[in-house]
Amino acid sequence: MLHIIVCIKQVPMVSELPWDPRTGTLKRETAQGMMDPAARRALEAALQIKADRTSGPVRITAVSMGPPMAEEVLYEARALGADRGVLLTDPCMAGADTCMTAVILGKFIKNHCPDAGLILCGSMSSDSETAQVGPQLAEDLDIPAIGYARRLELLDGCIRVERHVDDFLELMEMDLPGLVTIDHAGESDRYTPRYVALGGVEAAFNTGNIQVMNRRALGLDHAFNALKHSPTKIMDVYSPVTEKKGRVLTGAVKKMVDTLFDDYGKIISSAMGKDLKTHDHEEDK
Amino acid sequence: MEKQIWVWADYRNYFQSRVTLQILARATDLAKKTNAVVCAVVFGDRVDEYVAEYIAHGAQKVYVTDDPVLNIYNVESYAFLLSALVRRFQPETLLVGATRFGQEIAPRVAKQLNTGLTADCIDLDIDDKGRLVQIAPSFGGNLIAKIITPNTRPQMATIRPGTFQELPHDDDAKGEIIPISLPGHMPAPRVRCLKSELHPVRARKIEIADIVITGGRGMGSKGKFKKLFDLAALLNAEVGATRPVVYADWISSDAMVGQAGKHIRPKLLFSFGVSGAIQHTAALADAKFIVAVNKNPNATMMKLADVALVADANQACSGIIRAVKDRIRD
Ligand SMILES: Cc1cc2nc3c(=O)[nH]c(=O)nc-3n(C[C@H](O)[C@H](O)[C@H](O)COP(=O)(O)OP(=O)(O)OC[C@H]3O[C@@H](n4cnc5c(N)ncnc54)[C@H](O)[C@@H]3O)c2cc1C
Repeated sequence: MLHIIVCIKQVPMVSELPWDPRTGTLKRETAQGMMDPAARRALEAALQIKADRTSGPVRITAVSMGPPMAEEVLYEARALGADRGVLLTDPCMAGADTCMTAVILGKFIKNHCPDAGLILCGSMSSDSETAQVGPQLAEDLDIPAIGYARRLELLDGCIRVERHVDDFLELMEMDLPGLVTIDHAGESDRYTPRYVALGGVEAAFNTGNIQVMNRRALGLDHAFNALKHSPTKIMDVYSPVTEKKGRVLTGAVKKMVDTLFDDYGKIISSAMGKDLKTHDHEEDK
Repeated sequence: MEKQIWVWADYRNYFQSRVTLQILARATDLAKKTNAVVCAVVFGDRVDEYVAEYIAHGAQKVYVTDDPVLNIYNVESYAFLLSALVRRFQPETLLVGATRFGQEIAPRVAKQLNTGLTADCIDLDIDDKGRLVQIAPSFGGNLIAKIITPNTRPQMATIRPGTFQELPHDDDAKGEIIPISLPGHMPAPRVRCLKSELHPVRARKIEIADIVITGGRGMGSKGKFKKLFDLAALLNAEVGATRPVVYADWISSDAMVGQAGKHIRPKLLFSFGVSGAIQHTAALADAKFIVAVNKNPNATMMKLADVALVADANQACSGIIRAVKDRIRD
C-alpha cells in the first residue's frame, strides 16, 4: 500500500478580499482562511493517484501545521477524499520560518508515518511564495525531491515527474520514498482541483475526526521554540513610502483625459512612435 | 580571514544569466561597505565563457567546478557541491537568483548548513554591525520587513530577476579563477533526469514593450477588462495584470506583473484599477512615466504615478481610447 502525505497550509484569502466600493480600500475584517491553492493541487494529485486502479491501494494523510483554526482545511481535505487529517499545533510552533516548519513536518512524518512513500506539497503558498518548505522538508527527511511537477506517473518503486522550470521541459525519475512539489501555476489542467459540495464539507465536519497533535504528542523536545530557533530575525517592519509627487487630476473624465493629452501628449506620442495632436484646437499646419 | 560575498552562478537561460550579473552588481556595492571580496561560484560543463563574463561584471574571484558530470542542472548534486564549498571557504554571504532552479537549490543548501534564508529580497544592505540586511515584502502584502541572520553563516537570500541593475561589461576587469575538482565522494544522484529540453521561449513582449497597460481588480470584471486590449491595440502596447486578476482568470498567467510575474520597463505605463501592493510595484521601478487611474486617490499606485486620474477605471479607459482615436495623425 502506498501511503501519501499531503502537506497543506491554510492561507489568508487576502488577495481575494472584496474592496469597499465607496472608499476603494480592502475589507480586511472579512479575511478568512482558505486552503492554499497550490496545496489544493497537491491534494488533487494525490486523489488522482488514489483513483487510478493501477497504483494499487493508496492511503492519503493530509497534514497541516498551523493555528487551531487551520483544522478547517483538513476537514475540507477529508471531505475531498483524504483518509486522515492531522493538525500539528502548539504555541511553541508559532512564528516558525520555513526551516522550522520543515523540522516540525519532518518530525511528524518520521515519528508517525514511517511507511510514507510519497510526500506531496504545493510548490509555493500564495501568502508567502518562498517555495522553501518542500525542498527543506526533503532535506530534513533525507529523501530525494523534485519541484514544480506538472504531471506524475507512478512506476514500480519510483515516480516519473514532468516539470517546466526556467524554460526547460524536463522529465525526471526518482526512487521512493521521495517528495514532489506540485506546480502552483500548471498550464496543463491536469491537477485543477475538484471542489466539494458544501454538504460534503459539512459531512466531513460531522465525522469529527481530525487528529490534533501538540509538541509532546509529536515528540519534539520540550525546549522546542520555533521562533527562537529560526535562524532569521525580523528587525523592523514598515510600510513602504512611495511618493512621487506626481500630478493628481480630478473632475469630469473628459476634462482629465484632455488635460492628460494636452500636457503630456509628447510623452505619449513618443512612446507610441506616432504623432498625436496635443491640443484640440491646434490646427494642422 | 578574508570576507567573501558569494553569488551562485545561474546561467541556463537568458533571465538566469541576467539575474546572476544583476546580483554581482549589488554584491559589489555591499562588498565595498564591508571590505569583502565578491566571488561567483560556477558549476557545469565547459563554463569558461560564463567565468569570463562574471569577471567582466564584477566578480573578483570565481570558484569553478567544470566537469562533464555537471552538464545538466541537478539540484541534488549542485546543492551538495555548494554546501561543501561553503563549509570549506566560509563566505559571509551567499546570494542566489530567485529563478525556479535557484528557489530549489537555495533552501536545500540553507537547510544543509542550518542557516537562514530570506526569499525574494527587494533590496539588500549592510547594517552598522556589518551584517546583511535582507529587505523583503512581508505579511502578505503591504509591509516590508528588514531581516537579519544574526547567529549563523552564511547569510542567505534569493533575489528575483530584474531587482538590481547589472554593471557594464568591463573587458579589462581582472579576476582570480579558482578551479575546484569534483570531490571523490559525490553521492549518486537519487533523481535522474531523463529529458531536459529548452522549450520555445514564451512571448515575453511585455518585458520589452515601450508601452504597457496594466489592469487590476478595479477593472471590475473579465468582460470590462477586455477594454484594455482595445486600448493596447491602439497604442501598440502590451497588457499586464495584477495577481488577483490572473487568479480570477481575466487574463493568462504570463501577463502577471510583479515579483511573482514579469518585470517591466516601459517608457509609458498606464495602470487601471491597481492598488499598488509592493509585490506588484517591485516590478515597475524601471517604468519611465506612469499614468494611474483609480477611484481612490490614496491608493499607492496613484502616489507612484506621474499623472494620477481620480476616476472610474472603465470610464477613463473609454475616454482615453476616444482621445487617442481623435488625436492620432495618420
Ligand atoms: C507572496 C505574494 C506574492 C505576490 N505577487 C504578486 C505579483 O507578482 N503581482 C501582483 O500584481 N500581485 C502580487 N501579489 C498580490 C498583491 O499583494 C496584491 O494583492 C495585488 O497586487 C492587488 O491587486 P489589485 O491591485 O488588482 O487589487 P486590489 O488590491 O483589490 O486593488 C484594486 C484597486 O482598484 C481600485 N478600484 C476599485 N474599483 C475601481 C473603479 N471602479 N475604478 C477605478 N479603480 C477602482 C481600488 O481603489 C483599488 O486600489 C502577491 C501577494 C503575495 C502575498
